[in-house]
Amino acid sequence: MSKSVLKLLAATALTSLALPAVAQTFNLGRAALPEEIAAWDVAVEPDGTGLPEGEGDVFTGEDLWVENCAACHGDFGEGAGAYPVIAGGEDTLTNRRPVKTVGSYWPYLSTVWDYVHRSMPFGNAQILSADDTYAITAYILYSNGIVDDDFVLTRENFTDVVMPNAEGFYVDDRVETEFPIFTQEACMSDCGPAVHVTRRSTDLQSTPEGVITVLPPDRTAMASGTEDGAEDAAVTEEAPAEDAPVQEAAADMAPDPELVAAGEGVWRQCRSCHQVGDNARNATGPVLNGVVGRHAASVDGFRYSPVMQEAGEGGLIWTPETLDAYLEDPRGYMRGTRMGFRGLRDAEDRAAIIAYLQAHPG
Amino acid sequence: MTDMLGDDGRETGGVSRRGFLRTAGLAAGGAALGGAAAAQEADPLITEVQDWASMTGEGVDATPYGMPIRFEDDVVRRTVSWLTADPISSINFTPIHALDGTITPAGCAFERHHSGAIELSKDDYRLMITGLVDRPLVFTWEDLQRFPRENHVYFCECAANSGMEWAGAQLNGAQFTHGMIHNMEYSGIPLRLLLEEAGVQPEGQWIFVEGADASSNGRSIPLEKAMDDVLVAMTANGEALRKEHGYPVRLVVPGWEGNMWVKWLRRIGVNHSAVEAREETSKYTDLMPDGRARKWTWAMDAKSVITSPSPQKPILHGAGPLVITGLAWSGRGAIERVDISLDGGVNWQTARIGTQGGRNALSRFYLDIEWDGSPMLLQSRAMDDTGYVQPTKDALREIRGLNSVYHNNGIQTWAVYENGAVENVEVGS
Repeated sequence: MSKSVLKLLAATALTSLALPAVAQTFNLGRAALPEEIAAWDVAVEPDGTGLPEGEGDVFTGEDLWVENCAACHGDFGEGAGAYPVIAGGEDTLTNRRPVKTVGSYWPYLSTVWDYVHRSMPFGNAQILSADDTYAITAYILYSNGIVDDDFVLTRENFTDVVMPNAEGFYVDDRVETEFPIFTQEACMSDCGPAVHVTRRSTDLQSTPEGVITVLPPDRTAMASGTEDGAEDAAVTEEAPAEDAPVQEAAADMAPDPELVAAGEGVWRQCRSCHQVGDNARNATGPVLNGVVGRHAASVDGFRYSPVMQEAGEGGLIWTPETLDAYLEDPRGYMRGTRMGFRGLRDAEDRAAIIAYLQAHPG
Repeated sequence: MTDMLGDDGRETGGVSRRGFLRTAGLAAGGAALGGAAAAQEADPLITEVQDWASMTGEGVDATPYGMPIRFEDDVVRRTVSWLTADPISSINFTPIHALDGTITPAGCAFERHHSGAIELSKDDYRLMITGLVDRPLVFTWEDLQRFPRENHVYFCECAANSGMEWAGAQLNGAQFTHGMIHNMEYSGIPLRLLLEEAGVQPEGQWIFVEGADASSNGRSIPLEKAMDDVLVAMTANGEALRKEHGYPVRLVVPGWEGNMWVKWLRRIGVNHSAVEAREETSKYTDLMPDGRARKWTWAMDAKSVITSPSPQKPILHGAGPLVITGLAWSGRGAIERVDISLDGGVNWQTARIGTQGGRNALSRFYLDIEWDGSPMLLQSRAMDDTGYVQPTKDALREIRGLNSVYHNNGIQTWAVYENGAVENVEVGS
């Protein structure tokens, strides 16, 4: 028997000693290298395990917040659209509508650091440095009134921060508290007085349209809505006649189909905030149907940044040229824009996305 | 069968018997009402030679990978757009009202993404095991093919399934109230084998699993569960996982909430304690009436729902034989029995189990009745082999209050009206 085989056997014997049950190994896979582990094993635990060296102050955090986070979470963590509220909500957890924020609900600061670093910003994740993450975390603490504006968060003082709701959680106790009640023998007959309907889902308008084909008898009035819909459809059918010249004109400027197809790929970076197409509506960003050729800040009902509003009033029109410049470096082109997007450095990507947007007229 | 007058004496059921016959007759086109006996004229579909009986159909390979026939194009996943801020970090629902049996076709099995469904090829796939192990390892997709694997059918239910119904009946359709669930046959490697390959050190008590997508959705799982029945799955229903379900590799955590079934699985860390990541503190915890919250509520308790009739599956055939069917499941064991009530929970009868799904899988039940055409308040109640009986929504609220989002396994009520319409309602005495 060769020396190496003996060594292998010895190693196996040691492994067997370490584990109560003898585990079979298959000698598959390869050793993970230190730099690979460093790249992926970045999760942070409540006791600070996993935190890298670094620090960040509230003011730096505020700048980073406005640039990277405010588009969805609001300038002060108040939330925009349906995105999560980050700050506020103190003492609301027993209210009918509790506001669960970092300050009111999250038990551990490590969760904030870990999530910001590993999963944010939405659509441009895993790009923040350790120092940036310390700074943003410091700003989140500040916006929740947990620290003062001169606070500097470091690896060293990290576990000194106590979250307001640190004691607010307990481990699942359903087996102790619920099972004794829910394991009683099931009643089969005359289990109580007759019941009647107390709530009806058709009292709300929450269900997507078009999925219910037969309505309760007392709700058939609602079916007239369907007839209205039919009328709308008829109007829409007539409309193209008038629009036809416009559509022809648009066809003259029709963008290159190959570019449009490439643009669809680039669009993935935009669609978490913007919508185009038939059912497009304003979301985090304005609807982009017809954006090429229209005035900046001209979509009804969208709250633009003051600087974008000003640019629109000043006559800025989104031509392929101006869009190209804006998309290359949004914050360089327009300091103060709320569009939380790093920009498209690649000119081909920009040409493609502009063609894609041209293919979605207003 | 049931008094359907509301508190205010308002008649919720609607029409008289005669009115019903008229309505149903119109709805069902008359002939269908009386069944076979009512046929008066010869059916041209039978007496005349139809095109499909005369001419040839499509050749093989017309569709190398087949889709359902166009007549079924309404059997699709649907989302509820107001639920989430955007469609990227969002969810849609399995059309359970339109399916039978227990296996969910992958193409209509619900999707839940936190940063969108990513495209990750087998060639680009890497799985790393780190932390408190003797040998931190990296596996390629090919490496994973060489480990022994097992096949199991399991349901995957989002913790938020029925979450919109906590405060009262809201969404009108089984797809929307109970469709954050699917049930597939997985082929995968017992996670235990991969952990043993790396050699878990004695102080390693938890694992932390992470996805390769931009959300890097991460969850902590106690080592005991990880070494028990968790699978690292590569196929579902016999074929490679769909992109939206985590191609090429996802975690399968039998009986536990769907968020833990990490898709595009890229790292398994072995830790001494739970990471307490965002998805296990800020989210997927259960806020109780006293303002404190339960955490680590992983197991999905026994639950059931009648899928037909249901709001999207009204009764179109009028009185007579009616098949009532639905799904039942438990994250703590196997379904042992399902009862059905036609009167809102006053009287119950035991349903026939069509498919006994086994542990942590969907079971299918049926109750075949003779419907007299009068209103019903349909409910189903599941029991699993731990002796747990699915509670009413009110019984859950008594303990958990109204501020829960997740883990609503309360009994669902469908009001069936004389015209065959079905509505999501709640009942009280």
